[in-house]
Amino acid sequence: MMRSVLPILTVVTALVLLWYGAAISMNSKWAQDQAARAGLDLSFTELVADTWSQDRPRLPAPHQVVQELWKSTGEMALKGRAFSKRSLIFHGWITLSATMLGFVIGTGAGILLAVGIVHYRVMDMSVMPWAIASQTIPIIAIAPMIIVVLNSIGIQGLVPKAIISAYLSFFPVVVGMVKGLRSPSIDQLDLLRTYNAGTGATFWKLRLPSSMPYLFTSLKIGMAASLVGAIVGELPTGAIRGLGARMLTGSYYGQTIQIWSALIAAAILAALLVGTIGLIQRATLKRMGMQP
Amino acid sequence: MMWIVSSLVVWAAGSWVNYRLANGAFSATRLVKLAVPFLFGVTIIAVWEGLVRGLSVPHVILPPPSAIAVRFAASLDILWVDFVQTFIKGAMSGYIIGCGAAFVIAVLIDRSPFLQRGLLPVGNFIAALPIVGTAPILVMWFGFDWQSKAAVVVAMVFFPMLVNTVQGLAATDKMQRDLMATYSASYWQTLIKLRLPAAMPAVFNGLKIATTLALIGAIVAEFFGSPIKGMGFRISTEVGKLGLDMVWAEITVAALAGSAFYGAVALIEKGVTFWHPSQRG
Repeated sequence: MMRSVLPILTVVTALVLLWYGAAISMNSKWAQDQAARAGLDLSFTELVADTWSQDRPRLPAPHQVVQELWKSTGEMALKGRAFSKRSLIFHGWITLSATMLGFVIGTGAGILLAVGIVHYRVMDMSVMPWAIASQTIPIIAIAPMIIVVLNSIGIQGLVPKAIISAYLSFFPVVVGMVKGLRSPSIDQLDLLRTYNAGTGATFWKLRLPSSMPYLFTSLKIGMAASLVGAIVGELPTGAIRGLGARMLTGSYYGQTIQIWSALIAAAILAALLVGTIGLIQRATLKRMGMQP
Repeated sequence: MMWIVSSLVVWAAGSWVNYRLANGAFSATRLVKLAVPFLFGVTIIAVWEGLVRGLSVPHVILPPPSAIAVRFAASLDILWVDFVQTFIKGAMSGYIIGCGAAFVIAVLIDRSPFLQRGLLPVGNFIAALPIVGTAPILVMWFGFDWQSKAAVVVAMVFFPMLVNTVQGLAATDKMQRDLMATYSASYWQTLIKLRLPAAMPAVFNGLKIATTLALIGAIVAEFFGSPIKGMGFRISTEVGKLGLDMVWAEITVAALAGSAFYGAVALIEKGVTFWHPSQRG
């Protein structure tokens, strides 16, 4: 663990340096134009300072994004306006609630279907090929349609986004869970048969426990997919609330810093969600004695 | 009423036939294995058609499959233009650039264990992020045409491909590398004759994951701005006009393109990694 801290830090530092460098080269044209219009000649240090502090840069520098993030989260929270419409906490919460609702529905349905597939041959043969094939299809293309159609029959807000999230997290969980429930070896299944264990006992005592590593892996994929679904689901309705909406309004009005801070907020959210599942996975597998 | 009853009958009959096929004597044959999912799909479409007509669901909510098929056949030229714009220009070029760059960089950083230890966790982390979110930024940078879509695709496929290739290059064991050393093989000889072939299963895993990501990236990027063609553009504008049959036709195209793309990569994989246990009968 400690061994990789230094390399990781090096890579991250290199990425940040690269980002600053790119900010200079991408924003310098604007800075030069402004200076030429004002009849000034920019020295290199002035140029650099300007490229890192523009209002609407082509590429905002990291510290600008961090400032914007702090201004729209921490500072708002300190002022007691954490849930005002200008606060990223508010928008993040909107996206998070849709993600979580969709994730719970999607994974729940996925696990149920996987249990059915493992126990009923006809379900396996008819549904499984479609579940696998559906992973090669850009399902997200139907997101705008779901939003607009549900909107036209009067359902809006949280539910349509959650449906997209559920749909995106559903198939990875089905595929992973079927693999997991089938992971016990013939020997183990035979042993349970010699104990005269029924289908139920085999499921609870052998299949379900041995599927846990697979379940957690697919839960992580499903969680990331859910978040993407919720963000994309916020785009087509004219985008009022949520992280996706912040990105879209930012791109309408050329507010690059706003887009970037929404993007980083989404990244932090994704990292937190996937990290939480990782922690639960660790604790669970440790309790089950599956990982040293 | 007729439609509802007949769709229920079709449902029952389809399930019964599938049940008999799946539990029958020939259930392990190739033909039955193809027939059962096919029948299931046909049943779903038939029930969809019957229920939509029977319950007279408005076309702006869910058009029947027949209407979608008619629309599909009638607008082949538009669909083709959109397909070329989104798939060939946007997704394919981004896929090739992104996967190619990731592969080359993976081979380069493979020489340095230090970089590997640093890049792998960072790459894994970035691969889990909602990279689609970079779409508005990249559209701003590269303009509305296909270049910005290709850039989004590059950003999406790069890290999954990088991580898989690096893992693949680590797939050889010590004995094999020692053997190459006793042959006094140089770094490049070892790379080309041993390590790259051994890396191919993981590389193709990355390539297969990237096919879906490429299409998703190209389509979603068009939601943020596009010239007046492209699958994502057509979907978002037709949804606005409530032309849902056209939306479904585009989705059909996307599904077909996605499956065909994946299938093509899987086929190449079969040819390249014929020696791997997962490919043997």
